[in-house]
Amino acid sequence: MIAVNTTGLTKVYGERSAVDSLDLCIQEGEFLALLGENGAGKTTTIKMLSCLIPPTRGDALMMGESIITNPTTVKQHINISPQETAIALHLTVRENLEMIAGIYGSTRQEAQSKAQSVLDSMGLRERADDRARTLSGGLQRRLSIAMALITEPRILFLDEPTIGLDVRARHELWHAMQKLKGHVTVLLTTHYLEEAEALADRIAVMHAGTLRALGTVAELKQITGTASLEDAYLLLTDPQQSLKVEARA
Amino acid sequence: MPLAVRNRKEIMRDPVSILLGVALPLLMLVIFVLLGKSAPLDIFQIENLAPGIIVFGFSFLTMFAAVLIARDKQSAFLVRLFASPLSAADYVISYTLPLLPLALVQGTLVFILAFAFGLQFSANILLALLALVPMAVMSVFMGLLFGSLLTESQVAGVGSIYITLTSLFSGAWMPLQLVGGFFKTIAYALPFAHAIDGARAALAGDYAAIWPHVQWTIAYAVVVCILAIIAFRRRMEG
Repeated sequence: MIAVNTTGLTKVYGERSAVDSLDLCIQEGEFLALLGENGAGKTTTIKMLSCLIPPTRGDALMMGESIITNPTTVKQHINISPQETAIALHLTVRENLEMIAGIYGSTRQEAQSKAQSVLDSMGLRERADDRARTLSGGLQRRLSIAMALITEPRILFLDEPTIGLDVRARHELWHAMQKLKGHVTVLLTTHYLEEAEALADRIAVMHAGTLRALGTVAELKQITGTASLEDAYLLLTDPQQSLKVEARA
Repeated sequence: MPLAVRNRKEIMRDPVSILLGVALPLLMLVIFVLLGKSAPLDIFQIENLAPGIIVFGFSFLTMFAAVLIARDKQSAFLVRLFASPLSAADYVISYTLPLLPLALVQGTLVFILAFAFGLQFSANILLALLALVPMAVMSVFMGLLFGSLLTESQVAGVGSIYITLTSLFSGAWMPLQLVGGFFKTIAYALPFAHAIDGARAALAGDYAAIWPHVQWTIAYAVVVCILAIIAFRRRMEG
Protein backbone atom coordinates (compact mmCIF):
# COMPACT_ATOMS: atom_id res chain seq x y z
CA MET A 1 0.00 0.00 0.00
CA ILE A 2 1.11 3.56 -0.64
CA ALA A 3 1.53 5.36 2.67
CA VAL A 4 2.25 8.88 1.41
CA ASN A 5 1.24 10.18 -1.98
CA THR A 6 1.64 13.88 -2.70
CA THR A 7 0.50 15.53 -5.91
CA GLY A 8 1.59 19.06 -6.75
CA LEU A 9 2.03 19.85 -3.06
CA THR A 10 2.92 23.52 -2.83
CA LYS A 11 3.39 26.06 -0.05
CA VAL A 12 3.84 29.70 -0.93
CA TYR A 13 4.76 32.43 1.55
CA GLY A 14 4.23 35.79 -0.12
CA GLU A 15 6.33 35.69 -3.30
CA ARG A 16 8.43 32.72 -2.22
CA SER A 17 7.60 29.06 -2.81
CA ALA A 18 8.82 27.13 0.23
CA VAL A 19 7.70 23.88 -1.44
CA ASP A 20 6.94 23.83 -5.15
CA SER A 21 4.76 21.15 -6.81
CA LEU A 22 6.08 18.21 -4.81
CA ASP A 23 5.16 14.79 -6.22
CA LEU A 24 6.30 12.11 -3.85
CA CYS A 25 5.24 8.52 -3.28
CA ILE A 26 6.32 6.51 -0.22
CA GLN A 27 5.42 2.84 0.21
CA GLU A 28 4.10 1.53 3.52
CA GLY A 29 6.97 0.43 5.76
CA GLU A 30 9.55 2.38 3.75
CA PHE A 31 12.21 4.50 5.45
CA LEU A 32 12.72 7.64 3.39
CA ALA A 33 15.31 10.30 4.17
CA LEU A 34 14.67 13.83 3.00
CA LEU A 35 17.91 15.74 2.45
CA GLY A 36 18.39 19.38 1.69
CA GLU A 37 20.05 22.57 2.87
CA ASN A 38 18.41 24.93 5.35
CA GLY A 39 15.40 26.48 3.62
CA ALA A 40 15.15 23.66 1.08
CA GLY A 41 11.57 22.95 2.15
CA LYS A 42 12.03 19.78 4.24
CA THR A 43 10.36 21.01 7.42
CA THR A 44 7.60 22.78 5.46
CA THR A 45 6.88 19.49 3.69
CA ILE A 46 6.66 17.65 7.01
CA LYS A 47 4.43 20.36 8.46
CA MET A 48 2.02 20.07 5.54
CA LEU A 49 2.00 16.27 5.66
CA SER A 50 1.33 16.30 9.40
CA CYS A 51 -1.56 18.78 8.96
CA LEU A 52 0.23 21.54 10.88
CA ILE A 53 -0.03 24.00 8.00
CA PRO A 54 -2.35 23.88 4.99
CA PRO A 55 -0.83 23.63 1.51
CA THR A 56 -1.33 26.56 -0.87
CA ARG A 57 -1.98 24.11 -3.73
CA GLY A 58 -1.98 20.37 -4.27
CA ASP A 59 -2.84 17.59 -1.86
CA ALA A 60 -1.37 14.60 -0.10
CA LEU A 61 -3.00 11.28 0.68
CA MET A 62 -1.77 9.71 3.90
CA MET A 63 -2.85 6.06 4.07
CA GLY A 64 -5.43 7.09 1.48
CA GLU A 65 -6.82 10.06 3.45
CA SER A 66 -6.49 13.64 2.24
CA ILE A 67 -4.67 16.15 4.41
CA ILE A 68 -7.08 18.81 3.14
CA THR A 69 -10.47 17.16 3.38
CA ASN A 70 -9.81 14.69 6.18
CA PRO A 71 -7.07 15.99 8.51
CA THR A 72 -8.64 14.54 11.66
CA THR A 73 -8.41 11.00 10.28
CA VAL A 74 -4.90 11.66 8.95
CA LYS A 75 -3.84 12.73 12.44
CA GLN A 76 -4.90 9.32 13.78
CA HIS A 77 -2.45 7.63 11.39
CA ILE A 78 0.59 9.83 11.89
CA ASN A 79 2.88 11.21 14.54
CA ILE A 80 5.83 13.53 14.61
CA SER A 81 9.03 14.00 16.55
CA PRO A 82 9.81 17.68 15.95
CA GLN A 83 13.27 19.24 15.54
CA GLU A 84 13.21 20.41 19.15
CA THR A 85 12.82 17.76 21.83
CA ALA A 86 9.16 18.69 22.50
CA ILE A 87 8.83 16.90 25.81
CA ALA A 88 7.21 17.93 29.10
CA LEU A 89 10.26 18.63 31.24
CA HIS A 90 8.62 18.43 34.68
CA LEU A 91 6.93 15.10 33.97
CA THR A 92 8.68 11.78 34.32
CA VAL A 93 9.57 9.75 31.24
CA ARG A 94 6.67 7.40 31.95
CA GLU A 95 4.22 10.28 32.51
CA ASN A 96 5.22 11.86 29.20
CA LEU A 97 4.45 8.62 27.40
CA GLU A 98 1.16 7.97 29.22
CA MET A 99 0.04 11.53 28.56
CA ILE A 100 0.52 11.20 24.80
CA ALA A 101 -1.21 7.81 24.75
CA GLY A 102 -4.11 9.39 26.67
CA ILE A 103 -4.33 12.30 24.22
CA TYR A 104 -4.71 9.78 21.38
CA GLY A 105 -7.59 8.09 23.19
CA SER A 106 -6.02 5.28 25.23
CA THR A 107 -7.60 4.43 28.56
CA ARG A 108 -5.42 4.72 31.68
CA GLN A 109 -4.69 0.98 31.66
CA GLU A 110 -3.93 0.95 27.94
CA ALA A 111 -1.68 3.98 28.31
CA GLN A 112 0.25 2.30 31.15
CA SER A 113 0.68 -0.89 29.15
CA LYS A 114 1.75 0.93 25.97
CA ALA A 115 4.16 3.12 27.97
CA GLN A 116 5.82 0.05 29.46
CA SER A 117 6.17 -1.54 26.04
CA VAL A 118 7.72 1.61 24.49
CA LEU A 119 9.99 2.11 27.51
CA ASP A 120 11.38 -1.38 26.89
CA SER A 121 11.71 -1.09 23.13
CA MET A 122 13.38 2.33 23.27
CA GLY A 123 15.73 1.42 26.14
CA LEU A 124 14.24 3.95 28.54
CA ARG A 125 13.07 1.57 31.26
CA GLU A 126 15.85 2.42 33.73
CA ARG A 127 14.98 6.13 33.55
CA ALA A 128 11.19 5.64 33.47
CA ASP A 129 10.53 7.43 36.75
CA ASP A 130 13.06 10.24 36.30
CA ARG A 131 11.88 13.70 35.32
CA ALA A 132 12.47 14.37 31.62
CA ARG A 133 14.56 17.47 32.37
CA THR A 134 17.19 15.29 34.10
CA LEU A 135 17.83 13.23 30.95
CA SER A 136 20.82 13.81 28.67
CA GLY A 137 20.21 15.36 25.24
CA GLY A 138 20.39 11.94 23.60
CA LEU A 139 17.87 10.39 25.98
CA GLN A 140 15.54 13.38 25.58
CA ARG A 141 15.57 12.81 21.81
CA ARG A 142 14.91 9.13 22.37
CA LEU A 143 11.98 10.02 24.61
CA SER A 144 10.72 12.39 21.91
CA ILE A 145 10.68 9.54 19.38
CA ALA A 146 9.14 7.20 21.96
CA MET A 147 6.34 9.75 22.48
CA ALA A 148 5.67 9.64 18.76
CA LEU A 149 5.78 5.83 18.67
CA ILE A 150 3.45 5.20 21.61
CA THR A 151 0.46 6.14 19.48
CA GLU A 152 1.40 3.33 17.07
CA PRO A 153 1.48 5.61 14.03
CA ARG A 154 1.51 4.12 10.55
CA ILE A 155 3.54 7.11 9.36
CA LEU A 156 6.23 8.71 11.50
CA PHE A 157 7.93 12.03 10.80
CA LEU A 158 11.36 12.51 12.33
CA ASP A 159 12.52 16.08 11.84
CA GLU A 160 16.30 16.21 12.31
CA PRO A 161 16.19 13.91 15.35
CA THR A 162 19.96 13.69 15.88
CA ILE A 163 20.86 17.35 15.45
CA GLY A 164 23.25 18.55 18.15
CA LEU A 165 23.92 15.09 19.57
CA ASP A 166 27.37 13.69 20.24
CA VAL A 167 28.60 10.75 18.16
CA ARG A 168 27.69 8.07 20.70
CA ALA A 169 24.20 9.44 21.36
CA ARG A 170 23.64 9.73 17.60
CA HIS A 171 24.65 6.11 17.02
CA GLU A 172 22.41 4.95 19.86
CA LEU A 173 19.50 6.82 18.30
CA TRP A 174 20.29 5.32 14.89
CA HIS A 175 20.09 1.89 16.49
CA ALA A 176 16.65 2.78 17.88
CA MET A 177 15.50 4.12 14.50
CA GLN A 178 16.79 1.06 12.67
CA LYS A 179 14.39 -1.08 14.67
CA LEU A 180 11.50 0.83 13.07
CA LYS A 181 12.39 -0.25 9.56
CA GLY A 182 9.66 -2.28 7.94
CA HIS A 183 7.22 -1.68 10.81
CA VAL A 184 6.46 2.00 10.39
CA THR A 185 6.66 4.28 7.37
CA VAL A 186 9.31 6.81 8.33
CA LEU A 187 10.06 10.17 6.75
CA LEU A 188 13.32 11.44 8.20
CA THR A 189 14.78 14.87 7.56
CA THR A 190 18.46 15.25 8.26
CA HIS A 191 21.60 17.17 7.37
CA TYR A 192 23.80 14.17 8.09
CA LEU A 193 24.41 12.25 4.87
CA GLU A 194 25.89 9.27 6.70
CA GLU A 195 22.68 9.06 8.72
CA ALA A 196 20.57 8.92 5.58
CA GLU A 197 22.91 6.36 4.06
CA ALA A 198 22.85 4.15 7.15
CA LEU A 199 19.10 4.23 7.72
CA ALA A 200 17.11 5.03 4.61
CA ASP A 201 15.73 2.72 1.94
CA ARG A 202 15.54 5.67 -0.43
CA ILE A 203 16.71 9.26 -0.29
CA ALA A 204 14.93 12.34 -1.60
CA VAL A 205 16.99 15.47 -2.22
CA MET A 206 15.22 18.82 -2.05
CA HIS A 207 16.61 22.15 -3.12
CA ALA A 208 14.89 25.55 -3.10
CA GLY A 209 11.49 23.94 -2.54
CA THR A 210 11.72 21.40 -5.35
CA LEU A 211 12.48 17.69 -5.38
CA ARG A 212 15.78 17.30 -7.26
CA ALA A 213 16.18 13.53 -7.08
CA LEU A 214 14.72 10.43 -5.47
CA GLY A 215 16.25 6.98 -5.28
CA THR A 216 18.51 4.60 -3.43
CA VAL A 217 22.06 5.67 -2.67
CA ALA A 218 23.27 3.61 -5.64
CA GLU A 219 20.69 5.21 -7.92
CA LEU A 220 21.62 8.72 -6.83
CA LYS A 221 25.30 8.00 -7.48
CA GLN A 222 24.43 6.55 -10.87
CA ILE A 223 22.23 9.52 -11.86
CA THR A 224 24.91 12.01 -10.89
CA GLY A 225 27.87 9.94 -12.03
CA THR A 226 29.54 10.38 -8.66
CA ALA A 227 31.35 7.99 -6.35
CA SER A 228 29.80 9.04 -3.04
CA LEU A 229 26.47 10.23 -1.68
CA GLU A 230 28.15 13.46 -0.59
CA ASP A 231 29.31 14.22 -4.13
CA ALA A 232 25.87 13.30 -5.47
CA TYR A 233 24.21 15.56 -2.93
CA LEU A 234 26.52 18.50 -3.66
CA LEU A 235 25.87 18.15 -7.36
CA LEU A 236 22.11 17.88 -6.92
CA THR A 237 21.94 20.96 -4.73
CA ASP A 238 24.27 23.06 -6.88
CA PRO A 239 22.01 25.27 -9.04
CA GLN A 240 24.50 25.26 -11.95
CA GLN A 241 25.47 21.60 -11.91
CA SER A 242 22.02 20.17 -11.27
CA LEU A 243 20.82 21.19 -14.74
CA LYS A 244 23.42 18.85 -16.22
CA VAL A 245 22.25 16.11 -13.84
CA GLU A 246 18.66 16.53 -14.94
CA ALA A 247 19.71 16.24 -18.54
CA ARG A 248 21.67 13.07 -17.74
CA ALA A 249 18.75 11.59 -15.73
CA MET B 1 -8.08 15.24 30.00
CA PRO B 2 -4.44 14.03 29.95
CA LEU B 3 -3.19 17.40 28.69
CA ALA B 4 -4.92 19.27 31.52
CA VAL B 5 -3.34 16.87 34.02
CA ARG B 6 0.05 17.45 32.42
CA ASN B 7 -0.38 21.21 32.58
CA ARG B 8 -1.35 21.05 36.26
CA LYS B 9 1.71 18.93 37.03
CA GLU B 10 4.04 21.20 35.02
CA ILE B 11 2.88 24.22 37.01
CA MET B 12 2.69 22.59 40.43
CA ARG B 13 6.10 20.90 40.10
CA ASP B 14 7.83 24.17 39.40
CA PRO B 15 8.89 25.55 42.82
CA VAL B 16 8.76 29.11 41.44
CA SER B 17 5.04 28.63 40.77
CA ILE B 18 4.37 27.69 44.36
CA LEU B 19 6.54 30.52 45.62
CA LEU B 20 4.89 33.18 43.47
CA GLY B 21 1.40 31.75 43.29
CA VAL B 22 0.83 30.82 46.91
CA ALA B 23 3.63 31.99 49.20
CA LEU B 24 4.04 35.52 47.83
CA PRO B 25 0.38 36.62 48.22
CA LEU B 26 0.42 35.30 51.79
CA LEU B 27 3.68 37.11 52.52
CA MET B 28 2.26 40.31 51.02
CA LEU B 29 -0.77 40.02 53.28
CA VAL B 30 1.47 39.72 56.34
CA ILE B 31 3.61 42.69 55.21
CA PHE B 32 0.60 44.95 54.61
CA VAL B 33 -1.05 43.95 57.88
CA LEU B 34 2.18 44.90 59.69
CA LEU B 35 2.31 48.11 57.66
CA GLY B 36 -1.26 48.82 58.71
CA LYS B 37 -0.26 48.64 62.37
CA SER B 38 2.03 51.64 61.96
CA ALA B 39 -0.20 53.40 59.40
CA PRO B 40 -3.78 52.62 60.43
CA LEU B 41 -5.50 53.53 57.15
CA ASP B 42 -8.80 52.02 55.97
CA ILE B 43 -7.05 50.45 53.00
CA PHE B 44 -4.98 48.32 55.38
CA GLN B 45 -8.04 46.95 57.20
CA ILE B 46 -8.03 43.20 56.69
CA GLU B 47 -11.45 43.15 54.94
CA ASN B 48 -10.12 45.66 52.40
CA LEU B 49 -6.67 44.14 52.12
CA ALA B 50 -7.59 40.47 51.55
CA PRO B 51 -9.52 40.94 48.25
CA GLY B 52 -6.71 43.18 46.95
CA ILE B 53 -4.08 40.56 47.71
CA ILE B 54 -6.18 37.88 45.99
CA VAL B 55 -6.57 39.93 42.80
CA PHE B 56 -2.84 40.71 42.88
CA GLY B 57 -2.19 36.95 43.24
CA PHE B 58 -4.35 36.26 40.18
CA SER B 59 -1.88 38.19 38.03
CA PHE B 60 0.61 35.40 38.73
CA LEU B 61 -1.88 32.93 37.25
CA THR B 62 -1.66 35.01 34.09
CA MET B 63 2.11 34.58 34.17
CA PHE B 64 1.92 30.82 34.79
CA ALA B 65 -0.41 30.27 31.84
CA ALA B 66 1.60 32.60 29.58
CA VAL B 67 4.96 31.06 30.46
CA LEU B 68 3.64 27.51 30.08
CA ILE B 69 2.25 28.15 26.60
CA ALA B 70 5.22 30.25 25.45
CA ARG B 71 7.58 27.52 26.67
CA ASP B 72 5.54 24.81 24.94
CA LYS B 73 5.70 26.88 21.78
CA GLN B 74 9.45 27.31 22.06
CA SER B 75 10.15 23.64 22.80
CA ALA B 76 7.85 22.59 19.92
CA PHE B 77 5.70 20.69 22.42
CA LEU B 78 2.77 22.57 20.86
CA VAL B 79 3.81 21.26 17.42
CA ARG B 80 3.53 17.74 18.78
CA LEU B 81 0.10 18.55 20.22
CA PHE B 82 -1.15 20.30 17.07
CA ALA B 83 -0.29 17.18 15.08
CA SER B 84 -2.56 15.15 17.39
CA PRO B 85 -6.32 14.76 16.94
CA LEU B 86 -7.10 17.23 19.77
CA SER B 87 -9.53 20.02 18.90
CA ALA B 88 -9.04 23.75 19.56
CA ALA B 89 -11.54 23.50 22.41
CA ASP B 90 -9.49 20.67 24.00
CA TYR B 91 -6.38 22.88 24.05
CA VAL B 92 -8.15 25.91 25.47
CA ILE B 93 -9.79 23.85 28.22
CA SER B 94 -6.58 21.98 29.01
CA TYR B 95 -4.50 25.15 29.36
CA THR B 96 -7.06 27.06 31.43
CA LEU B 97 -8.81 24.44 33.57
CA PRO B 98 -5.82 23.50 35.79
CA LEU B 99 -5.30 27.12 36.82
CA LEU B 100 -8.82 27.80 38.06
CA PRO B 101 -8.57 25.47 41.10
CA LEU B 102 -5.23 27.13 41.85
CA ALA B 103 -7.05 30.49 41.88
CA LEU B 104 -9.54 29.03 44.36
CA VAL B 105 -6.70 27.69 46.53
CA GLN B 106 -4.99 31.10 46.40
CA GLY B 107 -8.15 32.93 47.43
CA THR B 108 -9.04 30.45 50.16
CA LEU B 109 -5.55 30.52 51.69
CA VAL B 110 -5.53 34.32 51.75
CA PHE B 111 -8.90 34.36 53.54
CA ILE B 112 -7.74 31.66 55.99
CA LEU B 113 -4.67 33.73 56.85
CA ALA B 114 -6.89 36.81 57.04
CA PHE B 115 -8.88 35.10 59.84
CA ALA B 116 -5.68 35.09 61.87
CA PHE B 117 -5.51 38.87 61.38
CA GLY B 118 -9.07 39.50 62.49
CA LEU B 119 -11.30 38.88 59.47
CA GLN B 120 -14.72 37.79 60.73
CA PHE B 121 -15.82 34.39 59.45
CA SER B 122 -19.16 34.59 57.63
CA ALA B 123 -20.97 33.26 54.55
CA ASN B 124 -20.05 36.52 52.85
CA ILE B 125 -16.54 35.12 52.35
CA LEU B 126 -17.97 32.51 49.97
CA LEU B 127 -19.84 35.27 48.19
CA ALA B 128 -16.61 37.27 47.90
CA LEU B 129 -14.84 34.25 46.38
CA LEU B 130 -17.73 33.85 43.96
CA ALA B 131 -17.49 37.54 42.99
CA LEU B 132 -13.80 37.00 42.21
CA VAL B 133 -14.39 34.06 39.83
CA PRO B 134 -14.75 36.20 36.65
CA MET B 135 -11.48 37.95 37.52
CA ALA B 136 -9.77 34.57 37.96
CA VAL B 137 -11.14 33.43 34.58
CA MET B 138 -10.00 36.66 32.92
CA SER B 139 -6.52 36.33 34.43
CA VAL B 140 -6.10 32.79 33.12
CA PHE B 141 -7.32 33.69 29.61
CA MET B 142 -5.05 36.74 29.64
CA GLY B 143 -2.21 34.24 30.16
CA LEU B 144 -3.46 32.20 27.20
CA LEU B 145 -3.49 35.38 25.12
CA PHE B 146 0.03 36.45 26.15
CA GLY B 147 1.39 32.92 25.71
CA SER B 148 -0.10 32.64 22.21
CA LEU B 149 1.26 35.98 21.04
CA LEU B 150 4.61 36.28 22.82
CA THR B 151 7.86 34.37 23.22
CA GLU B 152 8.99 33.21 26.66
CA SER B 153 11.39 36.14 27.08
CA GLN B 154 8.72 38.61 25.92
CA VAL B 155 6.29 37.07 28.42
CA ALA B 156 8.75 37.88 31.21
CA GLY B 157 8.81 41.58 30.21
CA VAL B 158 5.13 42.02 29.39
CA GLY B 159 4.17 39.96 32.44
CA SER B 160 6.13 42.28 34.72
CA ILE B 161 4.33 45.28 33.21
CA TYR B 162 0.98 43.51 33.64
CA ILE B 163 1.68 42.71 37.30
CA THR B 164 2.77 46.31 37.93
CA LEU B 165 -0.38 47.66 36.25
CA THR B 166 -2.52 45.26 38.30
CA SER B 167 -0.83 46.48 41.44
CA LEU B 168 -1.14 50.20 40.55
CA PHE B 169 -4.64 50.31 39.08
CA SER B 170 -6.37 47.80 41.33
CA GLY B 171 -6.50 50.04 44.38
CA ALA B 172 -5.37 47.03 46.42
CA TRP B 173 -3.12 49.10 48.64
CA MET B 174 -3.78 52.62 47.38
CA PRO B 175 -7.19 54.29 47.91
CA LEU B 176 -8.39 55.23 44.41
CA GLN B 177 -10.95 57.64 45.87
CA LEU B 178 -8.11 59.65 47.41
CA VAL B 179 -5.94 59.61 44.27
CA GLY B 180 -8.89 60.56 42.07
CA GLY B 181 -8.61 62.28 38.68
CA PHE B 182 -7.35 60.63 35.52
CA PHE B 183 -5.71 57.80 37.46
CA LYS B 184 -9.02 56.84 39.04
CA THR B 185 -10.79 57.02 35.66
CA ILE B 186 -8.27 54.63 34.12
CA ALA B 187 -8.41 52.35 37.16
CA TYR B 188 -12.18 51.99 36.87
CA ALA B 189 -12.00 51.44 33.12
CA LEU B 190 -9.89 48.35 33.88
CA PRO B 191 -11.25 45.26 35.65
CA PHE B 192 -8.88 45.02 38.64
CA ALA B 193 -10.44 47.71 40.87
CA HIS B 194 -13.93 46.44 40.07
CA ALA B 195 -12.93 42.90 41.07
CA ILE B 196 -11.62 44.14 44.40
CA ASP B 197 -14.55 46.47 45.07
CA GLY B 198 -17.00 43.66 44.24
CA ALA B 199 -15.31 41.32 46.72
CA ARG B 200 -15.08 44.08 49.35
CA ALA B 201 -18.81 44.77 48.93
CA ALA B 202 -19.52 41.05 49.35
CA LEU B 203 -17.44 40.89 52.53
CA ALA B 204 -19.22 43.98 53.89
CA GLY B 205 -22.63 42.46 53.12
CA ASP B 206 -23.42 45.33 50.75
CA TYR B 207 -25.07 42.99 48.28
CA ALA B 208 -26.50 45.70 46.00
CA ALA B 209 -22.99 47.01 45.32
CA ILE B 210 -21.59 43.66 44.15
CA TRP B 211 -23.22 43.24 40.74
CA PRO B 212 -22.23 46.60 39.17
CA HIS B 213 -18.58 45.69 39.75
CA VAL B 214 -18.89 42.03 38.79
CA GLN B 215 -20.53 43.06 35.49
CA TRP B 216 -17.26 44.76 34.53
CA THR B 217 -15.13 41.75 35.33
CA ILE B 218 -17.52 39.41 33.49
CA ALA B 219 -17.38 41.68 30.42
CA TYR B 220 -13.57 41.72 30.54
CA ALA B 221 -13.47 37.94 31.03
CA VAL B 222 -15.65 37.40 27.95
CA VAL B 223 -13.64 39.79 25.75
CA VAL B 224 -10.25 38.43 26.84
CA CYS B 225 -11.53 34.86 26.46
CA ILE B 226 -12.59 35.54 22.85
CA LEU B 227 -9.29 37.28 22.03
CA ALA B 228 -7.30 34.43 23.59
CA ILE B 229 -9.18 31.79 21.61
CA ILE B 230 -8.68 33.73 18.36
CA ALA B 231 -4.94 34.13 19.08
CA PHE B 232 -4.58 30.45 20.01
CA ARG B 233 -6.45 29.30 16.89
CA ARG B 234 -4.22 31.46 14.72
CA ARG B 235 -1.22 29.87 16.38
CA MET B 236 -2.68 26.43 15.59
CA GLU B 237 -3.14 27.34 11.96
CA GLY B 238 0.60 28.08 11.73
